[in-house]
Amino acid sequence: MSFEDWFREDRLPHIYCTGCGNGTVINCTLEAVEQMGWTVDDTVFISGIGCSSRAPGYIKTDSLHTTHGRALAFATGVKLANPRLHVVVFTGDGDLAAIGGNHFIHACRRNIDLTVVCMNNMIYGMTGGQGSPCTPVGAISTTTPYGAAEPVFDLSELAVTAGANYVARWTSYHVRELTKAVQAGLETPGFSFIEALTQCPTAYGRRNKLRQVSDMVQYLRTSVILVQKIQRMRERGEPVPEDKIPVGEFVRRNRPAMGVQK
Amino acid sequence: MSKIEFMQGNTACAEGALAAGCRFFGGYPITPSTEIAEHMARRLPKTDGVFVQMEDEIASIAAVIGASWTGARAMTATSGPGFSLMMENIGYAVITETPCVIVNIQRGGPSTGQPTMGAQGDMLQCRFGSHGDYSTIALSPSSVQEMYDLTAKAFNLADRFRVPVFVMSDEVTGHMRERITIPDRVEIVSRRPLEKGTLPFRGGDDGVPGFPEFGMGYGVHVTGLTHDERGYPEATDPHIHAALVQRLVSKVESARHDIADYEMVNPDAETVFVTYGPPTRTVKQVMHDHPGEGVGHLHLRIVWPFPERLLRLFTNAKTFIVPEMNMGQIAREVERHTDLPVISVPKLGGELHTPGELQKLLEARP
Ligand SMILES: Cc1ncc(C[n+]2csc(CCOP(=O)(O)OP(=O)(O)O)c2C)c(N)n1
Ligand code: SF4
Repeated sequence: MSFEDWFREDRLPHIYCTGCGNGTVINCTLEAVEQMGWTVDDTVFISGIGCSSRAPGYIKTDSLHTTHGRALAFATGVKLANPRLHVVVFTGDGDLAAIGGNHFIHACRRNIDLTVVCMNNMIYGMTGGQGSPCTPVGAISTTTPYGAAEPVFDLSELAVTAGANYVARWTSYHVRELTKAVQAGLETPGFSFIEALTQCPTAYGRRNKLRQVSDMVQYLRTSVILVQKIQRMRERGEPVPEDKIPVGEFVRRNRPAMGVQK
Repeated sequence: MSKIEFMQGNTACAEGALAAGCRFFGGYPITPSTEIAEHMARRLPKTDGVFVQMEDEIASIAAVIGASWTGARAMTATSGPGFSLMMENIGYAVITETPCVIVNIQRGGPSTGQPTMGAQGDMLQCRFGSHGDYSTIALSPSSVQEMYDLTAKAFNLADRFRVPVFVMSDEVTGHMRERITIPDRVEIVSRRPLEKGTLPFRGGDDGVPGFPEFGMGYGVHVTGLTHDERGYPEATDPHIHAALVQRLVSKVESARHDIADYEMVNPDAETVFVTYGPPTRTVKQVMHDHPGEGVGHLHLRIVWPFPERLLRLFTNAKTFIVPEMNMGQIAREVERHTDLPVISVPKLGGELHTPGELQKLLEARP
């Protein structure tokens, strides 16, 4: 992927903190888009509000930076009104799963033909580190000063259950796998959901003994377990570690989809 | 050849939209507006358009805005509770200058209120309901014919000024059935495309920028953040914010006399009724029943931006009387623009003012 082809150089410097994982996820996504042969003229990036949702503002395509939580509803209008456009949505865990939760499940159910890349940093980054529906139990945030007590949403599982045609989860450490997953999502007609666990050293790491960026990336790398491995352990009757987050491809199917270009 | 039909107000609204080339409808069922969505659900798929029932009204207006960026004429229809939910994204449509049409078939509020009864209680909400300073356009039909004509016209205004335009109807007009003349075709004035190589958010002479439709190679960034003329976020520069908001307001307000759509009867009268929507009908009845009483009538088909100049055209006026199905929302606006006495005639509960009630007011004149 060539930088000049996709990024608005006149928008630099960007707002992301040093060591933020969002840049990696954006690069992986653009790499996958380019692999598809899509161009700046036929691709539209759409987002809600949050650090993650600022991504479209740095990309040269037509883009819609919308309101908090509503990106998928806007994207539904764009895609249904002009199915020739390739629509990719950037969102965060707060944007997608808290305020935007209803739009998320309904976009999955409609199986509308677009790809969502969710940068799940397990925190509200932009507003300075409040708890999100994905903040791990026990983690410290400004609104969970004694440790998060509420159970966490498994976004990928939610997408599978709600009807998405393609669902995968990786982390910002797994650059190659993540890129491939995004590409698989772009290729699949219908709703594709790619969850990328990312590091937010500023609002998450700092308060959770993961001060260094490398600590956070290492944390992501060691917190996950491959779906294939879970499968093998189950087959062998071994206990699957409950504290690990499954990564890999969860579903790839061909339910009837909306908004697919005929 | 135009044709004569007998039609419900909500159906006429939907047909007016289709005649104007509406290609996208996103909505959520709510009494007393639902017939519009149902009619669009039947008709749009047969006219190369898209109907989608969204998960709520927040999503409905969002989808409409998204569709509009692909160049489609797009609309939604709702009533009080749904209208309240739309407010944040209406502000988004304002700041991103997205043409779209929002129909509000008003019912009694606050809250769930009176689902099946008419009202005009959202007239200030449509003007001021989203946060921040802005200006928009609101039309107010008082007959089934006007449901058709004004809905069609709303699309032209939305495209010309690049604003969300409101058709502020009500249960009475929406559910009324009357004779209507369907014209052969309606006038269509589409949005002006952005000239390539020019800045996407620089206002032209009229303050309105050309439209950079998605997928046409403009590479436009659209954001609800305060932005510069390139469309790039610039949320801390006081001058950029002030200039943007002033342009958003003045592109509408400076054209308000051009936008105005009204009917004036007896401009020499001393007592003048000012109406919009259903009370217009009652005033017409009173004037019909009691001709020669020296009563004037200003019937506004467009309420916002408020055409205050029209009040001064009643040069002999001594009193303005404003009957409304609310507690005096537009009477307050009339008061703002005249030193003459303004009599507000509020009516709540869903029933129309009767000719007798208004006639009594006239008889009480000194
Ligand atoms: C309606 C509304 N409520 C609240 C906010 C404030 N707000 C801005 S960003 C944000 C959270 C973003 O978190 P997330 O989606 O996880 O994105 P991140 O910044 O972590 O990438 C909130 C609550 C808003 N902009 N709009
Ligand atoms: S606050 Fe967190 S998510 Fe936001 S830019 Fe900084 S590191 Fe990235």
